[in-house]
Amino acid sequence: MAEQVLTDFIRALRSADVRVSTSESIDAARAVKLIGYGDRVLLVDTLRCVLAKSPAEKHTHDRLFDLYFSREALEPPASEESDQSEQEDSAAPIMDALDLIENADETQMAMAMEAAARQAGIADIRFSTQTSYFAQQMVEALDTGALEGEIKAAFGARTEEGTARAEALIEGRKDLFIRARAYAKQAFETFGKGETEKFREEVLTEKAISQLDHYDLARMKPLIAKMAKRLAVKHSRKRHKKNRGQLDVRKTMRANAGFDGVPFDLTWKQTKRDRPKIIAICDVSGSVSKTVRFFLMLLYSLYEAVPDLSAYAFSGNLKDVGEILDADAFDPVMDKIIRRVGQSSTDYGQSLIDFQTDHWDQIDRRTTLIMLGDGRSNNADPRVDIFSAAAARAKRTIWLCPEPPSLWGTGDSEIPRYRPHCSSLKYVTTVKDLERVIDEVLASYN
Amino acid sequence: MAEIHDQTGYDALSSVEAITEGLGSVGYISTREISTSLYLAHHLRKPVLIEGPAGVGKTDLAASMARFLEAPLTRLQCYEGLDEGKALYEWKYGKQLLYTQLLKEKLGEVIGGDQGLDSAFEKLTSFEDLFFSETFLEPRPLLKAMKQAAASVLLVDEIDKADEEFEAYLLEVLSDYQVTVPEIGTIKAEVPPLVILTSNNVRELGDALKRRCLHLYIDFPDAARERAIVRARVSDVSDDLLRQLVSFVQGLRDLDIRKRPSISETVDWARTLLLMHANELDETLVRSTLNVLLKHESDIAAVDLDIRKLAKESAAA
Repeated sequence: MAEQVLTDFIRALRSADVRVSTSESIDAARAVKLIGYGDRVLLVDTLRCVLAKSPAEKHTHDRLFDLYFSREALEPPASEESDQSEQEDSAAPIMDALDLIENADETQMAMAMEAAARQAGIADIRFSTQTSYFAQQMVEALDTGALEGEIKAAFGARTEEGTARAEALIEGRKDLFIRARAYAKQAFETFGKGETEKFREEVLTEKAISQLDHYDLARMKPLIAKMAKRLAVKHSRKRHKKNRGQLDVRKTMRANAGFDGVPFDLTWKQTKRDRPKIIAICDVSGSVSKTVRFFLMLLYSLYEAVPDLSAYAFSGNLKDVGEILDADAFDPVMDKIIRRVGQSSTDYGQSLIDFQTDHWDQIDRRTTLIMLGDGRSNNADPRVDIFSAAAARAKRTIWLCPEPPSLWGTGDSEIPRYRPHCSSLKYVTTVKDLERVIDEVLASYN
Repeated sequence: MAEIHDQTGYDALSSVEAITEGLGSVGYISTREISTSLYLAHHLRKPVLIEGPAGVGKTDLAASMARFLEAPLTRLQCYEGLDEGKALYEWKYGKQLLYTQLLKEKLGEVIGGDQGLDSAFEKLTSFEDLFFSETFLEPRPLLKAMKQAAASVLLVDEIDKADEEFEAYLLEVLSDYQVTVPEIGTIKAEVPPLVILTSNNVRELGDALKRRCLHLYIDFPDAARERAIVRARVSDVSDDLLRQLVSFVQGLRDLDIRKRPSISETVDWARTLLLMHANELDETLVRSTLNVLLKHESDIAAVDLDIRKLAKESAAA
């Protein structure tokens, strides 16, 4: 049983996004064997130390620990295995419903619930809507035959005492169900909530950005942070590539000067990889602004992998939005920018001119230029010439368009005229799309 | 249980309380969580990875452990570009070279007797191990720690500053307490050291490393613990002043500043105030000594408005 307690707890941790490897579970089992279940504070410190490996994980761990170990008074499964089975036998929970209602004290009741829950497979609970179902399963796991019989018999007697007893028993049955429900609800908090969250997040990343409502936006932030972390871990690897086979004569001579110039320690030529440099130019007018918001949020969360980043927003004129980088409060700053920049009607040509006059020097051969916009320039001159010149200077030029390809070129859309100058032109609708694009951009630097 | 070794030197780690007490006796004010992790580290034979903001006593914990156990401390300071040759072992090339030169004639004698190239070569190959033996092996901190004959503490400081590849070198040391030198073989620690790694979270550490370690997060101490720490370092500070200055520093840490004052800076500040014969905090005193706590001009400017309020609150504490 002791092991079941621990494995269930680890399961709860995993469902709440705490990565616990097999070897860590083994460590936890060894640690618990060492310290026992007797001391609650010691137990929580121990498990926190063995299972949770970051401040966030520690926080989740503590929350789950409180939930999970709140009910049992931490009954110490005896430390030596030999008498463990014995003890379990002697303390077998009362599983007869009638007996429970009439004779059990709180501890026995709790133990019965525990046992019933295990039989019902409560660790599989995933959604809050399953609470009632599992409560039902738990009550069914108890032996209710005698109880039903007794109720029937009591009614059958048709005496006042009989009816009273039957009613009391029915109350008792109701109470059992309420207890089971409470137990199932707590089990959901422990085992299911994390899974539900995960599922929701998955749906969110695949949902079209234009369809996200206000409620979703709040959830998006931690999600994007997670995404950025994943990208950063993947791409912030080392920046040197050993070019084996080509001797670096100068370095070798210097390193071996101490050995009388006898080359013991060979140094090979290294090529330095370029650090990613990204310039993002974003259209923040109307429909596009939502996509821009997530795009910038993602980019700015990537400071680890992309140290060299500048972003500009425009509708009529171009503005530097670098200040977001230093601000913790992304949303208010973003709102301000959109308010400030997004007033006038979109003019790609004018914005490109602005870029050319003020920021042209920023583009060099290691720059990836990312344009984000629908390319609808209100029939003003799109200044494709400037765009093509910029594209020629940059390493790559990527256009992200939140409009589907079928609309490209319709009305005032200038996408087809920009298209020949882009290294790639992508239709982005979901946050996942954005992640993929940035992933690709960063990969091109390796 | 197999984990509980009877090696000499680690007896002091018999219980969580004993560790707290022992650390206290060498001037480190521990918490239950810290002591528990060290207790587990010894009994499960696992390294402890300590994370937390700069200046909360991560490195000091390792040093204190060594003092408490009266064991040697081997320290490996990590930095960008740290490699095998500086962390594990290095061949003494110079010595090898010198020996070959000196032994040249001897070698000539030994080989000289033989006629054919084949037999000379055969003879030579039989000596090869001479030059790649432990005599010519320069142990660096990790190997040195493995070779300790009794209890010792190995501190791998600021592991996050080292490159990611370096973590890979560490894995063998951390999980098996051994170092493999291809030319010689595997050198295994007879008495595994108590390994403590620290990280300031400059970059996220790899999962493989984290999996092999116990994890301890040390945050800034609460007021009571910080008072105890300052008291342990600066014994003649008055109770009133101690309470006030700690409460001020705690308040300062809640403000939005670039670098929050560390424990050692609190201690320094306590010493400063003591030198100035201060009995209690007031605004002018705080202003004139604030540069002991805050090391950025922008931070000093940022808290300017809050100083009066904080000083007042602290004085009332």
